[in-house]
Amino acid sequence: MTAAEVRATIVKSIGDIAPEADLAALDPAADLREALDIDSMDFLNLVIAVHKALAVDIPERDYPQVMSLDAMTTYVHARLPA
Amino acid sequence: MTEFRMPSLGADMESGLLVEWHIKPGDAVKRGDIVAVVETTKGAIDVEIFEDGVVEALLVREGTEVPVGLPLARLRGAGEAVAATAAPPAAAAPAPPPSPPLPPPSPLPAPPATPPPAAALRITPRARQRAEALGVDVARLVGTGPEGAITGEDVERAAPEKPRPRQSMQALIAAAMSRSKREIPHYYLLHSIDLEPAMQWLETHNAGASPPERLLPVVLLLRAVARALRDFPGLCGWWKDDAFVASPGIHVGLAVSLRDGGLVSPAIHDADQGSLPALMAKIRDVTQRARTSSLRASEFSDGAITVTNLGDQGVHAVLGVIHPPQVAIVGFGLVTPRPWLVSGQLTARRIVDAALSADHRVSNGHSGGRFLRRIEHLLNNPAELA
Repeated sequence: MTAAEVRATIVKSIGDIAPEADLAALDPAADLREALDIDSMDFLNLVIAVHKALAVDIPERDYPQVMSLDAMTTYVHARLPA
Repeated sequence: MTEFRMPSLGADMESGLLVEWHIKPGDAVKRGDIVAVVETTKGAIDVEIFEDGVVEALLVREGTEVPVGLPLARLRGAGEAVAATAAPPAAAAPAPPPSPPLPPPSPLPAPPATPPPAAALRITPRARQRAEALGVDVARLVGTGPEGAITGEDVERAAPEKPRPRQSMQALIAAAMSRSKREIPHYYLLHSIDLEPAMQWLETHNAGASPPERLLPVVLLLRAVARALRDFPGLCGWWKDDAFVASPGIHVGLAVSLRDGGLVSPAIHDADQGSLPALMAKIRDVTQRARTSSLRASEFSDGAITVTNLGDQGVHAVLGVIHPPQVAIVGFGLVTPRPWLVSGQLTARRIVDAALSADHRVSNGHSGGRFLRRIEHLLNNPAELA
């Protein structure tokens, strides 16, 4: 799976959690929680969705590494199961 | 035989629109079944039934606006005999003495002459209900029914072209909060709680858990409040008719902000019971359903205290406004590291400010303070919260 496909999957998951968000206008380097006004429950739901869709488990201690769309894409892409 | 009525889904709800029936005459229903969908300013709400029985008749068609408390359906209890063929409730008023016919309708508002006393008004029960629902002044109507009685059709004709626009959610919140500040003598207590033991316990739990099994701090906060309420039942209930009524269970409303700016606080039933993962699942479920407008009626009506958690928005403390007819609200601010003394040593600990706003008619600062101390004690021993 390419990084672009990973990104598309993450974007779709964000769309499910924050349906009103204008994802086209989302700055891929911005902090997701601030850019989308999502709370810790939404963020956990995003981690759950990514885990379900891509089989990548982002442990809590790594949350600081996945705060933006770019960062989460890189993190998940590097850990995709073979 | 019992009647299933339009439930009150909040202190300021006047009526709801029956959108959809999930039952039909002859269906067997049991307690907890979702039998109808009702549209309110809080969105479409699934309404449950509270007893077992068999549906005898649906009294209201889909698409009807129904005032709170009016019957929607008739039920037969299990084992009860079938009622005689649909005898309409004979609510015929006694025939009043002969009176002069009412004046013809005037195109102008009637002069403020003495209106006929309400008791003398001949009006069918249905017409009276419709008049209340539609905001029609029945004193100005001319009845076309038997002996000049005002009928439902008379009321419908006199109603404004369109039903009154329903109040927005913001207007309902405004009404409830204004009532709270007008009627409830609030007192406020604030206490900083060392959350380090609870956060460490949570991190240990989450490190060994897959994403769907992880817990958020709000679960521990909510559970600690619920367990503390076991010892302070006077904070868990409602002020009704000038007296406090204790809730039969510890049902904690959790304030959930909606993305359009709205705010609801659905009840988490029996928040003191069950495992922490089960409580987390309840919170996640209710939060999601609050945001997709699919809460249930009991979740609007059963909350006996509210917990509000503004932590994600980065403020230290929230002093809440009590949601009438409840008598208390607990607010938690941001969990944040602060310099703290532990056994005389200065150290960094994660701290949360817990605030209690409570109704001084029911409790006082002494018991309220003990309640916050109890929450602190429980959070210091997180393993006991499970």
